Amino acid sequence: MPAWASDDDHRLPAESWIFMAIIALENVSKKYGQVTALAPLDLTFDAGRIYVLLGTSGCGKSTLLKLMLGLVSADSGTVRIAGEVLCPANMLELRRRIGYVIQHAGLFPHLTASQNVSLVARQLKWAGPRIEERLCELAELVQLPRAELERFSSQLSGGQQQRVGLMRALMLDPDVLLMDEPLGALDPIIRADLQADLRSIFRRLNKTVVIVTHDVHEAAFFADEILLLRAGQLVQRGSLSELLKNPADPFVTEFINAQRHTLGDGPDDAPAGGAA
Amino acid sequence: MTRWIATIVVLLLLAFVPLSCRPQGLKVGSKKFTESVILGEMLKSLAEDAGTPTTHYRELGGTKLVFQALLNGDVDVYPEYTGTIAEEILGSDAAASPGAMEAALGERGVLLSRPLGFNNTYALAMLATRADELGIERISDLARHPDLVFGFGNEFMDRQDGWPNLQQRYQLPQREVRGLDHDLAYRQLNLGSIDVTDAYTTDAKISAYELRLLEDDLNYFPRYDALLLIRQDLASRFPQVMSSLLRLEGAVSEAEMMAANSRVELDQISETQVAAEFLRAKLGVTATIEKDSLLRRVTERTIEHLDLVRKSLIPAILLAIPLGIVAAKSARSGQFILAVVGVVQTIPSLALLVILMPVMAALGLASVGLGSSTAVTALMLYSLLPIVRNTFSGLRSVAGEYYETAAALGLPAGYRLANIELPLASRSILSGIKTAAVINVGFATLGALIGAGGYGQPIITGIRLNDTGTILEGAIPAALLALAVQGGFELSERVFVPRGLRIRRGD
Repeated sequence: MPAWASDDDHRLPAESWIFMAIIALENVSKKYGQVTALAPLDLTFDAGRIYVLLGTSGCGKSTLLKLMLGLVSADSGTVRIAGEVLCPANMLELRRRIGYVIQHAGLFPHLTASQNVSLVARQLKWAGPRIEERLCELAELVQLPRAELERFSSQLSGGQQQRVGLMRALMLDPDVLLMDEPLGALDPIIRADLQADLRSIFRRLNKTVVIVTHDVHEAAFFADEILLLRAGQLVQRGSLSELLKNPADPFVTEFINAQRHTLGDGPDDAPAGGAA
Repeated sequence: MTRWIATIVVLLLLAFVPLSCRPQGLKVGSKKFTESVILGEMLKSLAEDAGTPTTHYRELGGTKLVFQALLNGDVDVYPEYTGTIAEEILGSDAAASPGAMEAALGERGVLLSRPLGFNNTYALAMLATRADELGIERISDLARHPDLVFGFGNEFMDRQDGWPNLQQRYQLPQREVRGLDHDLAYRQLNLGSIDVTDAYTTDAKISAYELRLLEDDLNYFPRYDALLLIRQDLASRFPQVMSSLLRLEGAVSEAEMMAANSRVELDQISETQVAAEFLRAKLGVTATIEKDSLLRRVTERTIEHLDLVRKSLIPAILLAIPLGIVAAKSARSGQFILAVVGVVQTIPSLALLVILMPVMAALGLASVGLGSSTAVTALMLYSLLPIVRNTFSGLRSVAGEYYETAAALGLPAGYRLANIELPLASRSILSGIKTAAVINVGFATLGALIGAGGYGQPIITGIRLNDTGTILEGAIPAALLALAVQGGFELSERVFVPRGLRIRRGD
């Protein structure tokens, strides 16, 4: 078991875990009408590591990402980004420190790929050459030919759209990258390509990444740490092998076993640890 | 951002740079029936004969509207009838004696001339053959035929001295009573779709259609002696004109008026010409008649029409898009805004004009005539709904994922609106503007009801004179203009709808 998977962080006094983590949720809950999306929950995410929020659809994992961005407001509790409590006054500024990628990339159809990527920078009045330089850097990072960036999203393949979406999320060089089912809409071959590329990009960037998925295989492939959720509650967090070895609940084994036949396909080496 | 500001500035310039100025000199009004127009033309020639430049606002939409214009000072003089003054203007509670009438109008700054010489009262008319068939000679006889279909001009339907009180006085049992445009009533009589209509006793069509006027055996209809209503300040503003106008007092007999009406309606001679002939024969006044070519007329109407459209549509766009944005952003005010612009749409055009006239007068704006704010405001109000609704629904239909990603990028709300939400809704907004523009071009014909000109002018003249050629002179250019506007907006999609929303996959 790699060193990072120890239980030590959980034993830190409350004050310090809140302030050390890049993202800290304290007693956060959310209901949609009568339906509980998240039960009151304490969660921390440390800088430089890759987390996967795993669970069936409706377990509250996407809601968790939106809470971190302030896209939905919590019924109770606070969200801290790098120690600051997320509130309307600092919302825009904190959002700029987080990159967000969704399933279909969510590229604005009226803008070209490069306009999509540079949108925030233009709003912040970056100089043209600086934008251009960053565009080239990012295009190289996601392995997209620069010329493709002058196309509209309707002219790009699903995989290309997702790469552009990633570029857009990374434009301001955020501390945190949140990805909601980033591979969910892609066909298998493109998916495998992009999955491998994403992992190498994450290693190069050394950012905190939180990926939402229902796919155990994908979780195993990316995660430094998996957070398994069920019905708005955290069931267990740890590496895949930990989850298999010491399931906190019969549901853990059940959930993983349901997708087990696919597990042999992927590399089973544990990813190298982050900077933490 | 600069592009938007520039667009708005250009639009405002397009909307408000005046092409024509408010006319100077005397302003004569007339209502939208032939006799009134002929008398208006006579007044114009008499005033010009006295050396005063004169504008004649022909065919204004109705009694209330013309009288309001007179009170506002947008009309200085117009021909009216004693019965109408007693029943319509002063209301039935006012004493009908000339002295009482004069006093009541005097309080409102209006003078009466002495009668012009003829009594043009209301009467009920039937085809003579049909009346003989049923043995009907007097209005009382109608009570014996409850199945007869009545069709009355819309004004007669709700006048104090119109149908409701007539029915009461004669205890008429008829159930099927239709309101229609009076100019169409005779044709309906001829077709047999109605049996009885209201008519004026000097109407040229009475003999032409072989109508029987039914005897008013209970003396229901008041006298309708023609006279002039004149603003009190006219004598001081145009001292030389007053005596010239008053030369019409006692000068027109019933026979002469009916002959003049018949010259216009049956012989298709212009009102100007007929008025001039009468003045020369009777008063020895020589009037100059300007000859108009078709091309010049159409060009002039087109300019007037476009003037109405630009002054109403552009402010409507600038007002409706923000309203649509507010509606889309806030659920409560959204329902309110959509309800209000929806209700505005249901107000009948003539009613809206009459409501707006005193408002415009209070604001010191011209309420009738070319470039009048009343028509422009009414058109603007009618243009709001399609734009507000399409802006609202366009913004509401922008997919949630775009709102979410735009917000997640950390873009401020205003920037998101201008750079993401509005461009994504642009197609819907533009199509709302296109609908509003086409409706506006059609509705702008209502400008003619208050002398604002445009293609509506030949249309109402043509309907009045039953002259299809004249109707088409307004209707064809109006239709062509609507098509051109539609086409123009299709082209403008290339400018205002972002290219990314116009291309298809694989381009």
